Order: sequence, then C-alpha cells, then structure tokens
Amino acid sequence: MTITDLSSDADTAARGVIDPSVPLLSVQDLTLGTGTGGRRPVPIVEGVSFDVAAGERTGIVGESGSGKSLTLRAIAGLLPGGVQVQSGRISYGGTDLLTMSARRRRELMGPEIAMVFQEPMTALNPVMRVGDQIAEGPRRHLGLGRKEALDLAVQMMARTGIPDPARRARAYPHELSGGLRQRIMIAMAVSCGPKLLLCDEPTTALDVTVQLQVLKLLERLCADTGTALVFVTHDLAVVNQTCSDVDVMYAGHIVESGPVAEVFRAPKHPYTRGLLESAPDFDRPDRELVPIPGFPPNVADRGPGCPFAPRCGYVTDHCWTAMPPLAAVAPGRLAACFETDRLGDPL
Amino acid sequence: MFDRLRFVPIRLLQSIPVVFGVTVVVFFMVHLLPGNPALVLLGQSATPERVAALNDQLGLNEPLWDQYLTFLGNLFQLDLGQSITYQRPVTELVASAVPITLSLLAYALVLSLAISIPLAALAASAPGRVRDAAVRAFTLLGQGMPQFWVGIMLILLLGVKARAFPVGGYGQTPAEHLYYLFLPALTLAIAMSPTTIRSLRASTINVLGSDYVGTARSKGAAGIPLFRQHVLRNAAIPTVSIIGVNLGYLVGGSLVIEKVFAVPGLGSLMVNAIFARDFPTIQAVALVVALFVVVVGILTDVVYTAVDPRVDLASQERA
Amino acid sequence: MTTTPAPPGVEVTETEAEVGTTPGSPPVDTARPVRSRTLKPWYRNGTLVVGLVITGALILIAVFAPLLAPYDPLQQNLQQALQDPSSAHWLGTDKYGRDVLSRLIWGARVDLRIGFLAVLIPFVVGTVVGALAGYFGGWFDTVVMRVVDVFFAFPFYVLVIVLVFVLGAGESSIYLAIAAVSWVAYAKIMRGELLVAKKQDYVVAARLGGMSHGRILLKHIAPNVMSQALIYAMSDIVMDIMAIVTLGYLGLGIAPPTAEWGSMILDGQEFITTQWLQATIPGLAVVVTSLGLSLLGDGLSDHLSPERRK
Repeated sequence: MTITDLSSDADTAARGVIDPSVPLLSVQDLTLGTGTGGRRPVPIVEGVSFDVAAGERTGIVGESGSGKSLTLRAIAGLLPGGVQVQSGRISYGGTDLLTMSARRRRELMGPEIAMVFQEPMTALNPVMRVGDQIAEGPRRHLGLGRKEALDLAVQMMARTGIPDPARRARAYPHELSGGLRQRIMIAMAVSCGPKLLLCDEPTTALDVTVQLQVLKLLERLCADTGTALVFVTHDLAVVNQTCSDVDVMYAGHIVESGPVAEVFRAPKHPYTRGLLESAPDFDRPDRELVPIPGFPPNVADRGPGCPFAPRCGYVTDHCWTAMPPLAAVAPGRLAACFETDRLGDPL
Repeated sequence: MFDRLRFVPIRLLQSIPVVFGVTVVVFFMVHLLPGNPALVLLGQSATPERVAALNDQLGLNEPLWDQYLTFLGNLFQLDLGQSITYQRPVTELVASAVPITLSLLAYALVLSLAISIPLAALAASAPGRVRDAAVRAFTLLGQGMPQFWVGIMLILLLGVKARAFPVGGYGQTPAEHLYYLFLPALTLAIAMSPTTIRSLRASTINVLGSDYVGTARSKGAAGIPLFRQHVLRNAAIPTVSIIGVNLGYLVGGSLVIEKVFAVPGLGSLMVNAIFARDFPTIQAVALVVALFVVVVGILTDVVYTAVDPRVDLASQERA
Repeated sequence: MTTTPAPPGVEVTETEAEVGTTPGSPPVDTARPVRSRTLKPWYRNGTLVVGLVITGALILIAVFAPLLAPYDPLQQNLQQALQDPSSAHWLGTDKYGRDVLSRLIWGARVDLRIGFLAVLIPFVVGTVVGALAGYFGGWFDTVVMRVVDVFFAFPFYVLVIVLVFVLGAGESSIYLAIAAVSWVAYAKIMRGELLVAKKQDYVVAARLGGMSHGRILLKHIAPNVMSQALIYAMSDIVMDIMAIVTLGYLGLGIAPPTAEWGSMILDGQEFITTQWLQATIPGLAVVVTSLGLSLLGDGLSDHLSPERRK
C-alpha cells in the first residue's frame, strides 16, 4: 500500500466532499482571545486571514508571542484551555471547521489534516513504542488491523529515511536521537495520507545539520503526494528554503503576505524589513546586523494604532491612531502599513 | 525489560543489613517488655519454684545476648520458636495468619484502585470546577478520619442498620471470605484512597496538558481510548511509588482493623500476643511485617520499571 | 493542594529585596536567600484562613474547657446512664452516666495537647540529624540512612503499639514512643533538602567567602529549608493525634477514666446498636480537628513555597 493509494482511499471515503473550486484551506478574519464570560476578552490573534491552495507551501513567520502557533492550533482544533476562537471562519475544502461537530472534526484529523510538533521528545508518548504510535492513526481512521497498521508504519518509517525501520519500530522514543524522533513525528503525520500538513516549528529543536535533512524530507513528501504545507517558524532561512509563500505575523496580526522570494527581496512592511536586516545572511557575511529595538507588546496593553508603532523606524502620527488594514500594495503582495511606499529600496 | 530488572538481586542484597537491623530492634524491644511470660502463663498464684522452672524451660534465664544468638540461629533454620500461649510452633501460627492478612491487603488494594482511578479522572477532567472540589473535599475528609472509626461507621451503616454485611469474622469458604472481608477491605481502601487520588489527579492533570496528548488529539483520539492508551499509563507512573509507600503504611493500619473486625490475621495475632507477652510470636510477627514492607518496596520498584520504559534503576545511584 | 492561578493585577509581596534583576526577567537566585515569596498576602489565602479559624476554635475550646463544659467529665451518675440527647445533656450520657458533651470538650484538651507536644522532640531531633547528615555526608550520612531504613521498614503503628506496651500505657510513654518512631521522617526530609541546598550558588559563594559551616547552616540554609519541615510537622500533628486516638481505642493510651476521644469510641462501640451517637461523635471531633490542621498545613505550604504545590 503506497501513500498515494491511501490518498485516493481517503477521498472516496464519506468524509465530506472537498470542493475543488475553493482553496484547500481558507482562514477568514480569525480572532482568538483569552478570558471567558465576565472579564473582557483579550485578543491574542486578530483578524487573521490567509488561503492555502492544494499542494501549496506557505510559511508563517514571526517572533515568539506573535500568535503564529496559536493560529495553527486553531486550525487543528488544539487550542489550549484558556484560549478561544472569538470570531472568524476556518474552512477546509469549503466547509467551516469551527461549526463542525467535534466528532466530525476528529474524523478529519489524520486522513485530511495532520500536524507536526516542535519538540519530538515531549510530543511522543514516552511509554508507547514508536511503531504503535505511527500505527494508531491508520488503525483508527483507515480501519486497519494491528499487524497491517504496523506494516504500514514500518513503510512510513522507511519513506522518512529511518534506517532499519522494522527494528526501530519497536523502540521507545527516549531510545532514539532527536532527528530520528522528528522523522517518526513526520511518519506519524503522513501515515493516513493527509492533504494538509500543519508544522509548528518542526526543526527548531534540532541540530542544524539535521534540520536541513528534515526540511528536505518534508519537501519531498509534500511534492510526492501533493500535500499542502503550512509551516510556522521564526527562522527566515527555513521559510526561504522550503516555502513558496509567506505570511509575516506581528502581535497577532498578519502584517505582510506574498511570495517568499519577492517579500524577502523587497519587503513592504517595516517589521519584515527589520527581521531581514537583523538576520545573518551567508551571501553577505560583512553586512551589519541591525536588531529591531524594543520588545514585542504585551497583549493586555495595546493602544489603538499599529502594534509595531513603538519600534518602527518609519512611524508617523497617523500610525498611532489607526490600525492599518492589510491591503494590496502590488500584484499578489499584501502589507498592513500606512508608510509602505517609503520602503522602496530592495535590500 | 528483563534486562532492566537486574537491580532486583542487588536490591535484595542491600536489604540484608536492613533486615538484620530489624531483627535486632525486634528482639531487644520485645525483651524489654515488662512482665514475665511464665508468670502470666501460670497465673498469680503460682509458686516461685514453678515460675523458675518454667523460666528455665523457656530459656529466659540466659543472658540476653545468648538469647539473641539463639534466636538468630533458629531463624536461619526457619524456626521461629514456640508460642508461649498456644504451645505451638510460631511458624505454624504465622503461616496460617499471613494468607489472611495478605488477601485482606490485596482486596483493599483492588477496592482502593476501583475508587481512586475514576475519582481522580473525574477531578482531573475539569480542574477547579465543582466535581474537582467535591473530590478534593472527599480526600480531605478521608485523610482526617481515624481508620478504626471508619471501620466502626461502616459496621454501623452496612452491618447494623442495613444488615448487608457481617460485622466481623472470616467465614469458611473462599466465597465467604470475600463476603466477610469486604467491610475491613473497604475500610482500608478508604484509608488508602486520599493519597492515591491526590497523586493520580495531579499527574493526570500534568499528562493531560502534555505535548504527546496534544499529538494524540491531532490524530483524532478522544475519550476512553485516549485515556486508556495515552493518559492512564503515563499518569500512573508517579502514583505507583505512592501506592507502594501507602501499602507499607497500611500493614500497620490493618493491625487495628483486624481487631475491629475480628479477622484472624497477623494483626490479631500480634495484638493478642502483646497482651499475653508471648515473646516469640511478637518477634515473629514484627519480623514478618518488616520483611513484608521491604519486599513491597522492591516490588514497587519492579512495577515502576515495568510501567515506565525509561526507568533503569540498576544504573542509578542510591539516593 | 493546588490553588487556582492568580488573576492579573495580583499583588506581589516579597519579604526580602531582590538584587540585580532586569525588568521583565524572572528573579535571579541572589546572594541573600529569600524567606518567602508569596503571590498574595496570607489573609487572602482561603485555605490558610479556614484552617486557622478551625484550629484556633479548637484550641480555644481546649483551653477554656473548664468554662465551656457544662458538667464534670468524670462525674458518674449511674441512674442517668445511656441517655439520648436531651436539653440537659446535649449529646446524651455514656454508660457511666457521664455527660458526653463535657467529655468531648475535655477530650479535646487531652488529644490536642498531646498531639502538639508529641511533635516537638521528633521535629528537633530529626531535623538536626537529617540536616547534618545531608550537609556533611560521609560515613555519618551512611549510618543515618541505614538507621532510617530500618525504622522505615516498620509500619508506624506496629512500632508505636509495641513501644507503648513496653513502656506501659500513659502519657509519657506516648511521647517517647512517637518520638522514637517519627523522628526518621524529619531526618529523611531534611537530608533531602540539605543535599539540594548545599549545591545552591548562595551556599557555594558563602563557602568561598570563608564562612564557617555553622554560620552557613544557621543563617543561610535554615531559613530556606525550615519551611519544608514545618509543613511536614503540620501533617505529623494530625498523624500523632490519630495515633493517640487509636492507642486510646486499643486501651493503650491515656488511662481511663480521663476523657479521651479514642477511649470514648471504644466505650461507644459496645452500644453501637442502640446508642450509636457515642461511637460516632468523638470520631467526628477527630475529623474536624484533622480537617482544620490539614487546611492550615496546606495553606502554609502554599504560602511558604508556592512553587512546590502538589
């Protein structure tokens, strides 16, 4: 059984028809906040919208606290206890995930949407053999028996480049190296042939040499099966390597969006520019690194204006009073800045 | 897994000095008991000559050290002496009492788990809400009730008022044993549950918030399968140690409970022996109990090793 | 016991200043140890307050027993034996015609006093021995740990019962028996604490600064680790009261006719079918007492070391 066989099996299963005329994933005006009932909810993610087409690879970049991970978790339905969806739509194949019954949504997790987590040591069940963990999804969603599911798991492990997979399948997570564990996570995620892969900083916890291997693995798997990828990270180099499009998030808002090459060559938002200027570039080792002054804002004390205003080198009075909308500044390019024209020079 | 169990023989060897220490404590403590067993046996009206003769016969006139060495020597031959009151080998008495106490404790353990696991899961599923507060109130109250009093209350409610269970004794057939031992086992289970629930609740909350449960949910797992495969086994790990410690403590508690319910186990044997100054029996029971605690300690570690594949006690330094 | 997380806008009270912290970063382990780092003042800690109230009330009852008890607890009145509760005797009378309520109040005096006092010697002895063992290590530590192991091999009650019997029933025997058995727990706890504490930066710094062991132990380590022993002492008091009551039930405790909750339960068990109140009420008194003390202990635990909540 190959992974493409699984995809078509999943299609024919009555799991809900995917409307091919709309983007595979469409997030519309998503707002996430903390606080229930009595207290006024504090928004952590506000008005986030983006689309992902089938087979497309999108990166979401931002600092810690920008809300990128929470956005991903909202799509997967794995928001932590204190955070709720306040408004917005998340539609997968045309159907809104947020209004779906919990049971139907769970049926999607595995065969349609899967997630790869950041820290494989804590994201794998320490008392369960890794082969069984990979086999769990196929057993539940594809109705495979124990032996068949294990065989499939071993196949998946081979696909993700794990040497001696049959023996390794009987190992426990703590017996494997970090790189192998992440491959297990990936094998687990793709085991039911999902069409959308959500990755939450999957390479951040790995050694640099292993990072590249894992990234190439993800690229290859997605290319082979036409799986769409949403890749959350703070590492610009990774996005550059793996993704075709990028959304830049700051303080819970998307501030810039567009094809990776263009955005990185000529950013249209001061924050993106700041990120690029403060990141080391192997092609220009002598370039001075310019850090962005200040700290990201605390969600609780935010003024009415642009969230980046306190740290922005292009700030004007207007920026403090109104929130700039995410608008088109060039074909296929969006930016949320009043002063975007002043960012003319490419880096 | 069996390769990780290689700590067991080492641990057994390490226990030997402790066991020796126990024999010393037991022996010398018992021989400080006031009163002369011969006198107790023969009654107040016995003549001094008869008392002296019996003393000789029982070897009570030897120097204490010699008595200890004799005691140790006999111990190696598994001879625990002769009971002064029953005039039977102590080994026999202990051998018939041990299974009773063991089955009481096993029964109590099973009942305790049957109470604790659902309550802990209930509390952990909604921390801070009403059901969690209710469970915590239960544990707080449970820890505050004297064990023997709980037994008496159970006798009152289920034995006297409801007439559902017998108020004491042991019964003849295994089925009767289960019936007669229910109330005492329940009493012990109630005594053991609060700490088990607290520990299991805390570790379940911990596990529920862990990344790997998030991963399991991302594969669509929920409800009972999620609990069974991912939560319970991980949450049980710290609780295993707590239960092990509790079990040791519970043996002492069962002493009193056996008296409340007139169960003919080690506890009753010990209490009666104390009142009768039956040295050999007191020694033997104390020794058996201490050995039991040591064995439970090692068994706990074995279970701990079996449940958590990361644990390798053989290569750890003794804390 | 866990408490719900502090709401935003919480008051932070620190009893000693923290040196050299940058705003927004977590507090640094400083040269001077912190005595208590609480998230809220003690009077806002619900558990602590309730515990204090209950325990305080019980102590007051015990202290003012002569004023509160309507009758002499020892006065027999055989014509009035085994009466149901009435306006004259709120909780009825026992088999000797003694007023149960008065015996209950006077019993509080006995059980609470012995419970609190019994904890003192094990606390002092165990803490000192354990701390020295943990701090200095070496052969002393090995010996202490072996002794602790031997004591731990005996269930608490087995040893206490045998010891009390050896020493003869009575108050001083109880103190001795409990002291002999429970010091080991303190030793084990303090040893564990010291093993960790002696590796802390502030201790190493003090040693490098030439401070003597004695000064380090008393001035630096003690304030930090005492809280653990104190918290354990609270639960130990509960355990001691349980033991005293149990010994009373077994006939090994305070000799009759002194009013004591355990022996009252023993007397009551005789009449469980007709006068079940007699066996029940003293038990409830124990429950309330341990409730108050447990809450107090939990509250203190939260207050003194919130980062170590169970």
